[in-house]
Amino acid sequence: MSVTRTIAVVSLALTAVTGVAQAQDKELVVYSSRQEHLIKPVFEFYTAKTGTKINYITDGEAPLMARLRAEGVNTPADLFITVDAGNLWQAEEMGLLRPVKSEVISANIPSQYRSSNDQWTGLSLRARTIVYSTERVDPATLSTYEALADDSWKGRLCLRTSKKVYNQSLTATMLETLGQERTTEVISGWVANLEVPVFANDTALIEAIDAGQCDVGIVNTYYFGRLEQDRPNLKAKLFWPNQEDRGVHVNISGAGVTKHAKHPEAAIAFLEWLTTEEAQRIFADVNQEFPANASLAPSEEVAAWGEFKADTINVEVAGRRQPEAIMLMDRLGWN
Amino acid sequence: MPRWRLVAYLAAALVLMPLLVLLLSWQSVDTMIWSHLLQTQLFTLIGNTLVLVGGVGVGVILLGVSLAWLTSLCEFPGRRLFDWALMLPFAIPAYVLAFVVIGLLDFAGPVQTQLRAWLGSDFRMFPIRSTGGVIAVLILVFYPYVYMLARGAFLAQGRGLMEASRILGHSPWQGFWRVALPMARPAIGAGVALAIMETLADFGAVSVFNYDTFTTAIYKTWHGFYSLQTATQLASLLLLFVFLALYVERRAQGSKRFPGSDKPRQGPLYRLRGPLAWLACGYCALVLAVAFVIPVIQLVWWAFDSGVADFDSRYWRVIRNTLLLGGMAALITVGVATLLVLARRLQPIRRVRSAVAVANLGYALPGSVLAVGIMFAFSFLDNQLLIPLRQWLGNPQAGQLLMGSLFALLLAYLIRFMAVAYGPLDTSLARIRPSLPEAAHSLGQSGWTVFWRVYLPLLLPGVLSAALLVFVDVLKEMPATLLMRPFGWDTLAVRIHGLTVEGEWQRAALPALTLVLVGLLPVIVLIRRSGRGVRH
Repeated sequence: MSVTRTIAVVSLALTAVTGVAQAQDKELVVYSSRQEHLIKPVFEFYTAKTGTKINYITDGEAPLMARLRAEGVNTPADLFITVDAGNLWQAEEMGLLRPVKSEVISANIPSQYRSSNDQWTGLSLRARTIVYSTERVDPATLSTYEALADDSWKGRLCLRTSKKVYNQSLTATMLETLGQERTTEVISGWVANLEVPVFANDTALIEAIDAGQCDVGIVNTYYFGRLEQDRPNLKAKLFWPNQEDRGVHVNISGAGVTKHAKHPEAAIAFLEWLTTEEAQRIFADVNQEFPANASLAPSEEVAAWGEFKADTINVEVAGRRQPEAIMLMDRLGWN
Repeated sequence: MPRWRLVAYLAAALVLMPLLVLLLSWQSVDTMIWSHLLQTQLFTLIGNTLVLVGGVGVGVILLGVSLAWLTSLCEFPGRRLFDWALMLPFAIPAYVLAFVVIGLLDFAGPVQTQLRAWLGSDFRMFPIRSTGGVIAVLILVFYPYVYMLARGAFLAQGRGLMEASRILGHSPWQGFWRVALPMARPAIGAGVALAIMETLADFGAVSVFNYDTFTTAIYKTWHGFYSLQTATQLASLLLLFVFLALYVERRAQGSKRFPGSDKPRQGPLYRLRGPLAWLACGYCALVLAVAFVIPVIQLVWWAFDSGVADFDSRYWRVIRNTLLLGGMAALITVGVATLLVLARRLQPIRRVRSAVAVANLGYALPGSVLAVGIMFAFSFLDNQLLIPLRQWLGNPQAGQLLMGSLFALLLAYLIRFMAVAYGPLDTSLARIRPSLPEAAHSLGQSGWTVFWRVYLPLLLPGVLSAALLVFVDVLKEMPATLLMRPFGWDTLAVRIHGLTVEGEWQRAALPALTLVLVGLLPVIVLIRRSGRGVRH
């Protein structure tokens, strides 16, 4: 039995070393792919308000999902926070989350931003829209996402890499509304109009428009907002496309309670609070996003970009059709 | 001495654990994703990867060997400074240099903007976001591997050797090609192998450039198709590549091992004069400026520009965490690697050699994939072994032991960076003449005494280089740190990740700069210590 005893001793020693905390009521563990500087203010506010201590780990969504899956029943995580509906949908598919029937959440967040099985909810909205050069583009010549495939934009359009989930979700919703054939036409047109290699991030794309390398592009609103704050003389503006038909493509950041949460009540209470006006204000404003809670107006700087009609398609589509979208983009050479 | 064998097998088992997880992924194959990859991108990606590896391989040899030759054997103005300063680029992570170079040189960056202001708005420079650009960045980041190991080899060759070659009628140039270079080949080979493995594993820099390689395909398959399984299969194919590369390197080296000289050279071999001296100085200065000085100035600029507001009280904790992790990992990794090197030397049977080769594989895998492999292995141990065991021992509340513990993170570093420590140790052991320990044995000394009193003192330079390389590599490591760190153990690399993921490149300059500065200290200390000649 000496082996067992050795393991026991080692295991006890390890417990001492690692100081594994035992469950307490006023404690929560969060795995978040929304980065630290965007979640910490909300966590700190909640801790000050309720005394609940929040431990968290930040990483990319894919590694965190792999970790949740590997840890299984023994995971310490209570809540999973991530960006993009595609990722939330996937977490649900993998069986990492649990259904949460909550009247608070369903009253606060519109249904197209929630899982149809109540496994996750959106917490903030971001529009992926057109950005154009104020020097070289007359906004009257802009109309829809699809119109950017026209020859008139040849050598003037810039895009971000198709590897980013935001573009994958945009393509996935186009597949759903426009169908395979039309989407193929549009994306081929976009690729044909590219003058410079696609950018690794939205910020670089907006900077390229400002510098005169590109005339139009497609970006998330908050990247534009950040750059606008840094550079008051930014020679670029946002344009809301497709106002005559489906509206601007909107995606979410959101969260769900994990299947094997050790503090499910505390996690649900926190998630419910995150959908209330008090939390929504901080959660959205810290990243210049739109609150998912419809009763709340966006912050002043966000509202300054003007009102727009948003696509009401259920964001779950982004997850369901994501692989299809990536394959299409690969085939058409959007790298 | 069976215990040596045991050490090698244990280390190999540790590394095999996550690799087995990777191989287990082949239980089923997602034909849809595979056929898509084969039809669209796979061959382009393999081609791109080969171009990258070829370019970086040739580049680091040219840069690393030429610089090492100049600083270790010649005398010219500024040599003493360049001797250690040329190691500095090693402290800059590849992903950081990548975003600095693009920020500086892309169309919207300050350089091209200024040039357009002078030369008219139609001016176009060569595109920096190109194959050439990404190869250049990786060469500048990885040449120190070759520089450091080649420099050590040239210094250890001793003066007598080159003098003999000159007496035999070789010109200095011939002496270099026919004597010094062949003798330094094992060290150079080890350096190039490290650089190539880093290149194969690199994800940060290539994704900043959006250059598609095998590694980016692995990420895309995982993050985009949500198929961790197919991603792991791709990763195990990448391992095949690495196996091949290592095999070729080993075969090329053959079994040539050159013991070092007993009398390390004092003073330079060639005093460069006139234009030649200034040419050497200018060349070293140029490399140093491009690979280190200019990027650091840009980082400082950004750090001040975006405000030092991010530098809060918690920053000191982050720095402390970073240093602690680097230090502990360096100790453990170098300890285990030393045992491995000795095992291979003292019991060079085929099985031990294979075990040692396996133990060095962790370095070539994309960090993220290896991290996931390690995580699955540790989770499995937790769930199937440790937790049930502790429950049986009377702790019904038992939670995870390994996952989320410092111990697991350090093990992950050990698995990942074994090869980094092994290279320099192996080359410095190769320089110890077998006659030395044999003499000690014949004087009736036991194995341990010989180890402590003969091997270890002679290995010390190698141990120091190995510790330094591992320390700085751990500082720069991102995926495993992100995935396995205990709560609250954020490091500088974690900070950089959080900001760059959000596209906040300029705000990431502050943690990046701190990381470079923290990584510099040991580099400077060590290089200055190993000054001229080899200590005994």
